[in-house]
Amino acid sequence: MSLPFILIASVTLLAAAAAMSLRNLVHCALALTVTFAGLAALYLNLDAQFAGFAQILVYVGAVAILIVFAILLTRSGDTPNQAILAPGWIYGIAISALVFTALGWAVLNSSALPKPAAPAPEATVKNIGEWLMSKYVLPLEVIGLLLTAAMIGAVIIALREMKTKMEGDRP
Amino acid sequence: MSPLQGCLLVSALLFAIGFAGAVSRRHAILALVGIELMLNAANLNFIAFWRYGAHPEALTGVMVVIFSIAIAAAEAAVGLALIIAIYRQYKTSNLDEVKDLKG
Amino acid sequence: MSDRIQQVIEAFKHLSLVDKLDQFFVVLKQLVLAGVPEGWQPLVSGLLSVALVLGVFPGVFALITVIERKGLGRIQNRYGPNRVGIPFTKIRLCGFGQFIPDGIKSLTKEDIVPYAADHAVHFLAPIVMLIPVLLAYAVLPFGRNMTIADYDAGLLFFFAVGGAVEVSVFMAGWSSHNKYSLLGAMRAIAQMVSYEIPLILSAVTVVMIVGSLKLTDIVAHQSDYTCGIAHWYVFTPWGLAGCLLFFIAALAESNRCPFDLPEAESEIIAGYFTEYSGFKFALFFLGEYLGMFAIIGLGITLFLGGWTSPVSFLTWIPSYVWFLAKLVAIVFVFIWIRGTLPRLRMDQLMNLAWKFMLPLALINILVAGVWHFMGHDWQRWLVCGAIISGAYIGLGRGLMQNQKLGKRTYRFAE
Repeated sequence: MSLPFILIASVTLLAAAAAMSLRNLVHCALALTVTFAGLAALYLNLDAQFAGFAQILVYVGAVAILIVFAILLTRSGDTPNQAILAPGWIYGIAISALVFTALGWAVLNSSALPKPAAPAPEATVKNIGEWLMSKYVLPLEVIGLLLTAAMIGAVIIALREMKTKMEGDRP
Repeated sequence: MSPLQGCLLVSALLFAIGFAGAVSRRHAILALVGIELMLNAANLNFIAFWRYGAHPEALTGVMVVIFSIAIAAAEAAVGLALIIAIYRQYKTSNLDEVKDLKG
Repeated sequence: MSDRIQQVIEAFKHLSLVDKLDQFFVVLKQLVLAGVPEGWQPLVSGLLSVALVLGVFPGVFALITVIERKGLGRIQNRYGPNRVGIPFTKIRLCGFGQFIPDGIKSLTKEDIVPYAADHAVHFLAPIVMLIPVLLAYAVLPFGRNMTIADYDAGLLFFFAVGGAVEVSVFMAGWSSHNKYSLLGAMRAIAQMVSYEIPLILSAVTVVMIVGSLKLTDIVAHQSDYTCGIAHWYVFTPWGLAGCLLFFIAALAESNRCPFDLPEAESEIIAGYFTEYSGFKFALFFLGEYLGMFAIIGLGITLFLGGWTSPVSFLTWIPSYVWFLAKLVAIVFVFIWIRGTLPRLRMDQLMNLAWKFMLPLALINILVAGVWHFMGHDWQRWLVCGAIISGAYIGLGRGLMQNQKLGKRTYRFAE
């Protein structure tokens, strides 16, 4: 538990809490971006350089942008006037508090955790590349297929059907 | 508290925040954001266990995180496309008002 | 402590004159570092590097703004700034003092924030723009032994921080509560996301051949000479295609003409920074130019040999001079393009990215693979060149399919 870790972790958690509780959706999305960047910093703090940079590239550069685009396309960029919480929100919060208590208790009292003070492992880009091309080549191919399928699927779902084009043009 | 436990606690709190947001907010996009947060919490766990685990040279945690980031990107794309399609159909992205199964 | 300083000076004395010039700044930094206590060295080292970047590149920016205005003036058959020289003297320096009053003007202007603006986001946007741009300089090799943070995944770092610029553009456009700002931001983000793909894919070819994401390794692989000509990747078929794709995508990424739709004055005023004035506008302006320099610097590192000299008999010129000279040369080409080409339409912009550059970049990756596995035969030049030119002609014809270019006719007002 070093000082940088505590600082980054608290910024990340605060931003995550803000992302889930602010009224304005665009503010939520920006707080979410801070969360993603904070998580990337945590990965870097844990010596996972490649994963940290990939996290920034994909989450900050793509997912966050996708989310703000979706917010603007669904015209929810303005601060809403009605309630922002779903009817049964109290149960949701209670269950998540329960989940956190259970997980936290388990983490603090577990005896199965590996012993700390291991030396910083080597995770060079070369190693990762070699693993990707040898042991993990099948998952890599499957991910490629999944991304292609997701891309085609997203385009088809978001594409306007020809019939509804006229009526669906303006709400 | 060891560094591993610190990471796991942060990740558990992140998961809880994401879960609370996903089930208690009305807006569809925020539900998706909550799911993304939960996924990220899981990623943090993988990295932490890789870093402080028994066999860091196997790079298993980092590999899983890289694949998981790719899957999350696909999930966000499809999820947001669905939200846009729902908005076009119902003129709302409020999850409580989307009740009909028929378009 | 004085021992260490002595050691550094001794080592410097043993270098040849060329190396002395080349390594001057490196040794200077070592000298300062030798003078500070052990625990402070990382901090002082970082501060020195940051000071260098903050000193050199805004200086280049100031000069480039004048060169741009003068160059555009010449292209458009007028003079451009030619009055301001050194203050209180009669020396005019051909107008190269122009950046001083420009800077004073933009720093002292009133800072206007729209009434309806989202104040916090509006304030943060220029800062969020500048920070990732400056971070990107950390991995660029400016000269021999002159890389601030030589990360193992340096290229990935560069592209990762580049993605954060899009967030700042969105923040600026959305927080202004102005339809032109929002339209400009949306255009800018769509354009940056689209052109990021050919940008990264054209860089992938170099990574495939070098086998490393480390930028210093990439430069080291291009530093050999055959018959006095350097082994730059731009001199290979895939490298030429990759270099052109990279710089076209870089033009679009930095919102330069002919891809300046996000800030098209005649349509949407100034795009996402319509509502910015004074110091914040200056920050955006600075961020945009520094981003352009960074991406050109990366292109130089990937395809144009970084800080190496093109011919072996000019290797005595210091490495950082080569880097800056290449940078200024390519910025000049960008200015030239800005003065020459008209702005694209939105559909033309997207068609170019997705229907032409993306397939060509993918084919280029294939060609780089063929190049690697054909060994050192001379045939690989023929095969790779044939595939690339065939793909270029085919895709170009496909893009122009339904558009007949007839004889140009002029109609004059009557």
